[in-house]
Amino acid sequence: MKNKNNIPPRWADRFLEWYCKPQLLEDLQGDLYEHFERHLSSKGARKARWLYALNTLRFFKPYTVKKLNFLNQLTQFIMFKNYFKTSIRSIARNKLFSAINIFGLAVSMSVCLIMITMFVEVKNYDRFHHEAEKIFRINNTHSYLESDPSLFASTSILVGKRMKEEVPGLKAITIMSRGFNGDGLIGDKRIPISGFWADEDFFNVLSFELYRGDPATALKAPYSIVLTEETANKFFGEADPMGKTITVAEHEYQVTGLVKNPPFNSHMDFQSLVSFSTFEIENEDNRGFLSWQNMWSNYVYFRLDDQTDIADIENRLNAIAADENSESKQVNIQLAAQPITKIMLGPSNTSNQLGPSIGREVIWVFAGLAFVVILSAGFNYTNLSIARSLRRAKEVGVRKVVGAQRKQVFTQFIVEACLISLASLIMAYFIFFLIRPMFLNLNPEIQSTLRLEHEPIVLVYFIAFALLVGFFAGFLPSLFLSKLKAIQVLKSASGPKAFSKINLRKALIVIQFTLSLMFIISASISHRQFKYALNFNLGFDTENVLNIDLQNNDPQLTKAMFEQIPEVTDIAKSSHILSIGSRWANQVKSDDGLDSASVYYSSIDHRYIPLMKHRLLAGSNFPEKNSVEVEESMIVNEQFIKHFKLGSPEEAIGESLKFGRERLTIVGVVENFHYATLDSEIECFAFRHKPQEARMLSLKISSNDLLSTRKKIEEAWAGFDEVHDFKGYFYKDGLERAYEQFSVTYTLVGFLAFLTICIASLGLLGMGVYTAETRLKEISIRKVLGATEGSLITLLSRGFMLLLLLATAIAVPATYYLFDELILADQANRANIGLLELSLGVIIIFGIGFLTIGSQTWKAARSNPALTLRNE
Amino acid sequence: MKGTNLGEFEEIVLLTIAALMEEAYSVAICDEIERVTERKVKLSVVHAVLNRLDEKGYVKSHLGEPTKERGGRRKRFFTVTHAGKVALTKAKQQRDQLWSLIPDFNLKIA
Repeated sequence: MKNKNNIPPRWADRFLEWYCKPQLLEDLQGDLYEHFERHLSSKGARKARWLYALNTLRFFKPYTVKKLNFLNQLTQFIMFKNYFKTSIRSIARNKLFSAINIFGLAVSMSVCLIMITMFVEVKNYDRFHHEAEKIFRINNTHSYLESDPSLFASTSILVGKRMKEEVPGLKAITIMSRGFNGDGLIGDKRIPISGFWADEDFFNVLSFELYRGDPATALKAPYSIVLTEETANKFFGEADPMGKTITVAEHEYQVTGLVKNPPFNSHMDFQSLVSFSTFEIENEDNRGFLSWQNMWSNYVYFRLDDQTDIADIENRLNAIAADENSESKQVNIQLAAQPITKIMLGPSNTSNQLGPSIGREVIWVFAGLAFVVILSAGFNYTNLSIARSLRRAKEVGVRKVVGAQRKQVFTQFIVEACLISLASLIMAYFIFFLIRPMFLNLNPEIQSTLRLEHEPIVLVYFIAFALLVGFFAGFLPSLFLSKLKAIQVLKSASGPKAFSKINLRKALIVIQFTLSLMFIISASISHRQFKYALNFNLGFDTENVLNIDLQNNDPQLTKAMFEQIPEVTDIAKSSHILSIGSRWANQVKSDDGLDSASVYYSSIDHRYIPLMKHRLLAGSNFPEKNSVEVEESMIVNEQFIKHFKLGSPEEAIGESLKFGRERLTIVGVVENFHYATLDSEIECFAFRHKPQEARMLSLKISSNDLLSTRKKIEEAWAGFDEVHDFKGYFYKDGLERAYEQFSVTYTLVGFLAFLTICIASLGLLGMGVYTAETRLKEISIRKVLGATEGSLITLLSRGFMLLLLLATAIAVPATYYLFDELILADQANRANIGLLELSLGVIIIFGIGFLTIGSQTWKAARSNPALTLRNE
Repeated sequence: MKGTNLGEFEEIVLLTIAALMEEAYSVAICDEIERVTERKVKLSVVHAVLNRLDEKGYVKSHLGEPTKERGGRRKRFFTVTHAGKVALTKAKQQRDQLWSLIPDFNLKIA
């Protein structure tokens, strides 16, 4: 009955043998074995094996563990010096190969350095708070009927209130709201100011440094305001602001505290904080203020007690949610507590964030791309080293004869790889500084969240990273070289075939080029999607339209002012600019109340539809009015009449529906157009006639020199409104910004494509040089026998070209599938992936491949055979 | 416990070695202590103490003949050295001296 379970676990024995002093081992193992046999009969095999393993761990004590042998260490150290020396010599001897390796690794490492810095920086976000790991934010998950739930960083005031009353185990809870803004007045000075409403617990939860005023009371009394250093300077200059007042919207706010500017690595940024009690007073008449569903602009942060576990709090939150949700059948809101330190790395689809955030998906995608690039460079090293191993084989043989162990040979080659990677790191560090500004300028969001400045500790990460890369790149060649048998290598003059490792090398080249191709194709597809989105026929005219943010100026006055400029041919007013991302919606109900839908809308004046050249299918434009007291008409799109089953456009005219609280009659029908970004379908849309609520002006410009006209307009604005900076942009630029994701993708992926291609080509060049070198004699003989140069080039490059062909065969369908099924799948309007995009990359890769391989083979084929063959 | 003084457990182990005479090896010592003191004793703890006693020079050890039961591994037998005997006697004397200072000792709680 010699069963496997009746003997002690092998790994535990090995572990014991590994660590235990040899003089103690036998006795110890014997004791354990005796116990094992005893347990075997009393407690069964499983338990006995488990106890045996546990005991081997228990014996791991200072007196049983092998002392490191000093002599052994000394020889190791001396050998290390020798490895170092031979490595340097070998690097210096093979200049081309070392250069290819160092350069390739350096370029790809620089991308990884950016990645590491970014990761460390994002990880450090919000760590400046005292005991930051105890601070949490309440997030809401909102779902309407059967629709997919969406995630919000905001919550209802009610949650904060209920938590303050019901939930024990919290040090402090603070309720905040965004949306305090207006023009601050002191004397006759007018400066725009914005900030958050926050209650008196704000400073108990969050550790923003209040350097003047009392943190406990600063935000208590109504109409108190706490200014940041910067805002205080703007308003009061050198004077002491404490106790002074600022008038905002006819209310006097008293300055009760001064806070240091929020640090760069805070997820929230503010200019001022106003006591929450003020907000409550201003919303006295607002019935929905404390509603469970009023969750769009309020925030709750809390700090845990030392003894409380977050799971308890989450249970409480679930109970509150269950209690409140029972009142509504349509809306379901779930609460969750998110650690403040994880906000920057949270899911990227969280809406209503207080500031820009980098989602974890973005970080992972970027990390993945950086990994691919470094992988490619690592492959180069592996590939070239294995190819060159023929030349090192003799060295290994001699070392082994002299007495080197396999372990030592392995270490030697790993050291060599690490030296190369450290050299690359130095170069990468310089490249890092070169590409950092480019990366930060990719888009404004990156610029406002990242700085990529690193603390000294990051340098340690860099070095650790370089060593890791060295280890992995050198692993295969080292393993392979250390395996060589001394007798074999020294006996046969030419290298034995066994260690050419052709297949591995081929596989690595194919992987490299597959990745490069995928990058190029991805870049060209995103470029095309971007161009497509920009040139897409939205259904209205955006040519030469300049959109200007009114910033609370009177629409009529501003319009009159701009009309003075001759180049401005027409001006329209609207509530917001369509097609660039923001959408407003309201519920519309048919008369019988059976049919209802969420309808997107925009409030406009009578000039808007003609200026934007929307096509009216039926009915007429809004009448000419600068202010509409009683709203009664709307102009809808085709989808609207289709949804509410109003028949043809002509039949729909005169129908009236309940739009929020108003009853509006359809006076016109416009052709469907894209009011949202192209990733969503066209749904119901309506124009409402409320010119007095305009927040944007759209100026149609007719001029040969748009820039100088824009300048004129800016000057006119500066003379008109001295307080606010001009905020205007051409419609085209607005659209470009809305589709920035594509442009960021293609610049980033394009850049990475460039890198991987460079690296892969360098590798190919290395392989080309190597092949030409080793087959030089063969070529010379063939030439002597009458082979033409052309046939020789074909002979030498055919193998590589086949590999490239294979890479194409993998990469093209893979990328096509990736974009077609995954990345572009949820885009409602997308460019077709054309033959051009797919073939462009292939052509580039083949071109480069042919150039690198061709040039080397050509050189070899052209060489004079007499010179190579005479010294045989 | 510092220096040449005997710790409580060390003393028990040392006494057990003396009591077991020729049969004193780790597992047997462990079993004997468990039997006499009626408390669970971990093998690894006994090992550590044996090692310490060895360092202090209170015990000597030699390897026995290989037997079948331990997977062919030899046992390490321990014997108390002269220094060990001295330490044991000293500990006993100290205790006796303290005992003799207690004039009237019984188990009843006053």
